[in-house]
Amino acid sequence: MSTAGATIGWWGVPLAVLAGAIRVSTPYLLVSLGECITEKSGRINLGLEGVLIMGAMAGYATAFATGSPWAGVLAAGLVGAVFGLLHGLLCSLKRVNDIAIGISIMLLGTGLAFFLGKPFVQPQAPMLSSISFGFWSDSTQIQSALQINPLFILGAVLAFALHFAFRHTRLGLQVRIVGDSEDAARALGYPVLPTRIVATVVGGFLAGVGGAFLSLYYPGSWNEGLSSGQGIIAVALVIFARWEPLRCLWASLLFGGASALGPALQAMGVSSGYYLFNAAPYALTLGILIASWTPNRALSGAPGELSLVRQ
Amino acid sequence: MKPIELLQPASGALDLEILGLSKHFGDVAALDDVSLHIPAGSFHALLGENGAGKSTLVKCLVGYYTADKGTVLVDQREVEIPTPREASKLGIGMVYQHFTLVPSMTVAENLVIARGALPALLNWREERARLAAFMETLPFKLPLDKPAGGLAAGEKQKVEIIKQLYLQRRLLILDEPTSVLTLDEADEALGLIKQLARNQQLSVLIITHKFREVSAYADAVTVLRRGRYAGHGKVAELTVDQMAEMMVGSAVARDAAPRANRPAIPEGAARLRIQQLTALGDHGLPVLKNIDLSVYPGEILGIAGVSGNGQKALIEVLIGQREKSGGKVQVHGKDYSGRRAELALCKVNSLPEEPLRNACVGNLSVADNLALRNYDQPPLARSGWINWRALRAQAKTYVENFRIKTDGIDAKIQTLSGGNVQRAVLARELSHPVDLLIVANPVFGLDFNAVAETHSRLLAARAQGTAILLVSEDLDELLELSDRIVVMSEGEIVFEVDAAHADIRELGRHMAGSHALAEATA
Ligand SMILES: Nc1ncnc2c1ncn2[C@@H]1O[C@H](COP(=O)(O)OP(=O)(O)OP(=O)(O)O)[C@@H](O)[C@H]1O
Ligand SMILES: [Mg+2]
Repeated sequence: MSTAGATIGWWGVPLAVLAGAIRVSTPYLLVSLGECITEKSGRINLGLEGVLIMGAMAGYATAFATGSPWAGVLAAGLVGAVFGLLHGLLCSLKRVNDIAIGISIMLLGTGLAFFLGKPFVQPQAPMLSSISFGFWSDSTQIQSALQINPLFILGAVLAFALHFAFRHTRLGLQVRIVGDSEDAARALGYPVLPTRIVATVVGGFLAGVGGAFLSLYYPGSWNEGLSSGQGIIAVALVIFARWEPLRCLWASLLFGGASALGPALQAMGVSSGYYLFNAAPYALTLGILIASWTPNRALSGAPGELSLVRQ
Repeated sequence: MKPIELLQPASGALDLEILGLSKHFGDVAALDDVSLHIPAGSFHALLGENGAGKSTLVKCLVGYYTADKGTVLVDQREVEIPTPREASKLGIGMVYQHFTLVPSMTVAENLVIARGALPALLNWREERARLAAFMETLPFKLPLDKPAGGLAAGEKQKVEIIKQLYLQRRLLILDEPTSVLTLDEADEALGLIKQLARNQQLSVLIITHKFREVSAYADAVTVLRRGRYAGHGKVAELTVDQMAEMMVGSAVARDAAPRANRPAIPEGAARLRIQQLTALGDHGLPVLKNIDLSVYPGEILGIAGVSGNGQKALIEVLIGQREKSGGKVQVHGKDYSGRRAELALCKVNSLPEEPLRNACVGNLSVADNLALRNYDQPPLARSGWINWRALRAQAKTYVENFRIKTDGIDAKIQTLSGGNVQRAVLARELSHPVDLLIVANPVFGLDFNAVAETHSRLLAARAQGTAILLVSEDLDELLELSDRIVVMSEGEIVFEVDAAHADIRELGRHMAGSHALAEATA
């Protein structure tokens, strides 16, 4: 154990959990914000797991080819947007179910990424660098904990921006109207299908960027085992967050923090129950969901046109 | 900042002319060569039986549907109205028969989004100030910060009407706007609209089944029958019987049996007994407070009240859509919580309000919807297998017996006209022996023939010993059908009276007294 670590002692655990929470939560945050936009418009895109992996691969490959990690992030977003467009267009056909299309997109994205990504497993692409907010402290532990990745900051700002936009901007209201009542949207003259397609494209873009985080920051490589279902969990987090962007931020942080608890304790030398701690985020999510459930209230906040909740 | 178009004065009532409008849905000719003229500032009524094509006509007019043929003239100039947005630009607005509020948005948000051209960035303080100033001019109050989805039907309807007034329309189309309003509320709303029309600020096209409203407010009527033009005239020169005859093309059905001829209520134990019932609403606040009620076999118990005073929650608890938080509900002397098995065992059937939403699966066929009560019981099902032939045969019988107008039993039920959805549910719920029937606003949107028919079916069920709990916002209906009437206000029963001795003014006082109280405390 380093000397700096010794000076702050057990304080290392919450610090490590915070740092871990921010690191682990970033892909959840980006994907769940994207999914939140899509679901607010009345569509559900279960394919974001595939989009995430495709984004990771495209981002890594582009960063490797161009030497710029930010070019990789952009490429990942664009590939995600293309997948979103595909989902959006397919779901606009009559009698097509968005959940089924989502699952196909997930399989397509994963398969395609593994196929196209084969040549990039070995070479090392340039990584995104973090921003240090710990310059004021002497403690190396604090300094390393406050190395915050730029994509998290982007995501957090976006969460606040979306929270504002859904209430105060024409576009935000339009997305909510279309997602909540197709009848109302048509009566008010808002274009239903184009709005949903654009919302799905934006959702895909953000999921792609989330993928770039995996391959260009943490864990920071490209291989087939890169994603451990982040895309799927993020979709569930949106429901958990009751379709509120700010709650997506808190939910992602909570989930990330719970995930970071096990590794943090292990770093401090507590190794018993390691696997139990790894299950913590899932148990926590389940626990909160059950605790906050009441039979008398509707799933409040759910967009009315969502195929999950439509009556 | 962009100029706010709302503050510009509306350019006044418009003159509308429709020539030779036709619209087909598949093989069904919903409209066939219909013409009509509304001079500026006039209050025009559109009459017709259920399924006559009235809603289709106005939906074509506002661009919700595209007509196959025909022209529309506004102020003598031909116009194209491909989408509601175009209609909105021309100053034409509509209150739909079904609600078009966005359920998760608050009333304030719903009013604001209706303004066609929103600025990219909304200034809520300004919007709220403008809303508040506008609300001052209205005869009724609305809860601006409640989500629209949590409002009762009557309140939703008021928001819909107010939304259109807020937009300063030049032509206001109303599709059965008063079905869920009390007499006084309807008079308030229509009186206000009539006033605007008289001042040449607005022309009005109203679809209604209530002759009272036609006589009191309309200047002229146009009648449709099976999608075709069937007549036209000035209200001052027509009698109600003449209008009714134009609608059906023949003599008119008689209304329900007079009270004197009714069988007496047999002595016996209560069929439904509710004790100290409490329940929480969607937002966790109590909506039912210590309700005590009993309904006896062969009796119709009427529940009067202004919409939004807990009637909806009471019905929901009784048919199993909402859990009670305290108290006791017993049917046949046994505890009851509204499970499907209990409903079947105790023979409890229901006709809730907004039947398309609360009693049907819109995407399923008419035949499937008609079998929702008994598809899993013989003779429709044997050892887990559904006998489709029996199911279709049942549907055909119901459609015939209840004269449901549908494009075949395989049509999706959501394509039926409002009145025919009601008939379909009635057919399903009343075709088998019923011990307890729970009914809410059963003639919402029915034409006068269908109203008489529904009322006589309810009375027939009563004569066979069914206990009926009837929630209605129409006092005339309650006085005509009920044996006893109770008034519900703010989740409590505040008054009870024998219907034969009930006085409509006294009932109104009990309904409105507490309503006024609610406004004072809100
Ligand atoms: N979207 C649709 N698809 C198919 N058929 C339709 C559709 N909308 C209406 N119809 C049919 O067109 C006919 C006219 O319906 P409409 O809703 O205009 O009647 P209405 O006069 O408004 O009746 P009500 O008084 O019951 O509301 C009906 O036979 C109905 O089944
Ligand atoms: Mg209609």
